[in-house]
Amino acid sequence: MKKIRIGSGAGYAGDRLEPSLELIEKGNLDYISYECLAERTIAIGQQAKLKDPTKGYNSLLEHRMEKALPLCWEHKVKLITNMGSANPAAAAAKCVEIARAHGLNGMKIACVTGDDLLPVIDKYMDTEVWETGEPLSKLPGEIVSANAYMGVEGILKALDQGADVVITGRVSDPAIFLAPIIHEFGWALDDWDKLGKGTMVGHLLECAGQVTGGYYAEPGKKDVPGVGHLGFPIIEIAEDGSFVVTKVPEAGGMVTPDTCAEQICYEIHDPTKYLTPDVVADFKQVKFTQIDKDVVKVEGATGRPKTETFKCSIGYRDCYIGDGEISYGGPGCVARAKLALDIMKERLELVAPNAFDELKFDIIGCNSLYWNPDYKYNDEPSEVRVRVAGRAKTKAVADIIPNEVEALYTNGPAGGCGAVKRTRDIVSVASILVSRYDVKPEVQVFQV
Amino acid sequence: MKLWEIAHSRTGDKGNISNVSLIAYDPKDFEMLKEKVTPEKVKEHFKGIVKGDVVRYELPNICAMNFVMYAALGGGVTRSLSVDMHGKGLSSYLLDMEI
Repeated sequence: MKKIRIGSGAGYAGDRLEPSLELIEKGNLDYISYECLAERTIAIGQQAKLKDPTKGYNSLLEHRMEKALPLCWEHKVKLITNMGSANPAAAAAKCVEIARAHGLNGMKIACVTGDDLLPVIDKYMDTEVWETGEPLSKLPGEIVSANAYMGVEGILKALDQGADVVITGRVSDPAIFLAPIIHEFGWALDDWDKLGKGTMVGHLLECAGQVTGGYYAEPGKKDVPGVGHLGFPIIEIAEDGSFVVTKVPEAGGMVTPDTCAEQICYEIHDPTKYLTPDVVADFKQVKFTQIDKDVVKVEGATGRPKTETFKCSIGYRDCYIGDGEISYGGPGCVARAKLALDIMKERLELVAPNAFDELKFDIIGCNSLYWNPDYKYNDEPSEVRVRVAGRAKTKAVADIIPNEVEALYTNGPAGGCGAVKRTRDIVSVASILVSRYDVKPEVQVFQV
Repeated sequence: MKLWEIAHSRTGDKGNISNVSLIAYDPKDFEMLKEKVTPEKVKEHFKGIVKGDVVRYELPNICAMNFVMYAALGGGVTRSLSVDMHGKGLSSYLLDMEI
């Protein structure tokens, strides 16, 4: 039975490069897919594109492709990525330039567009926003991006046209892994059981190191060998949809039923209804078997017919967040941190009464991650860090918080140290559903 | 006993919704975990953090439960005022629960 091997080249926009190069060189791969888009990434990319029409793609694209394209060409590995972000066409043009400079003559580089719904966003103004339950027109800030999560369709078209490299904008994370499987095996687009299995492949690979022992280690309980040179995962899948998860033998990390179990539950809700543009995948009966060292067989995923809608992420100018931090150490440090917070509360009342939409007062080391009022904390730590954050409609107001935290140096409790401050312009993301028939993937192929 | 002794966990985020898994190291403990770690108990444990409902799902073959916690991320990953905007540390907090 025909089998193919797909590697995961990145689990987020800024992920390490070297594990992906190791995979291309030593993984005996057919494909490598780099997942590099978080919810908000495209909104930020869209703003970069507004300033410069040749930008708006992943900022590490050149860094990655300079190394990955020549290696992929040498080892006959096809590369798929959503690094195109807000500007897949510009990203593809950049890749053509890089491939030319390396003399990769004949390489075909494709871009998939069609996810950008910003030009037609006005027609959705009455559509309900998930997060608020109100119509899109009631969003508090200017809309700066609108991108539908497309499925495999555009990537399939590109692969059918012989593309060696496929660059997309917003597609579902599993799609960049599922598409090459469908392409290689000729699976029907309504073979829901197989598409469910292929989606499981994508879900396990999309966070790269998170299935090979990354984000997993707990000293003494869950030790991970070689975690400092963690390898990225490979899935070997057969035509019938059966597959194993593994890694390059000499790479650090490990693949076990437990590393897979943590990743399978990552960012899913009802395991019987994992909604993607291509299938409603069902992971409930999934089962893992260790069949060799760092080789785990995965069984039991299936799927049901896809829905009529696509999720669309809307980026909008939301607010400004100002925050500042300052540390206190030694005996009495918690009492001094509490005093610092009391001073901050008084200062904000004095200089900016009712100016903030929301405020947060933390003592890092005691209650910054978990703020259950009844939680019993351990003995006094040897040092703590005060943090105050606030949300405001203008930068000038948001700036008051970091400036007041910094002023605790000369005006606050004894021994304050290491103050830092920042104010961020916040683009937030809201979600709507759009008809899948409104979204038309388009493909362009360029030959080097 | 803390859950940490017998189970492991990972957190994911989507908008203002957090999902926290709870996976038994030893399959023998799974039934007991299902009995003790109810959605109501988890909601109580996350008091002050989770403002909405907690719904529990099961993946029986891998001895895992998945707790989906609504209105749990201070308004959502992109606008939360928390140090931990994604609520990634909530898995460790679940493992601190006494059973």
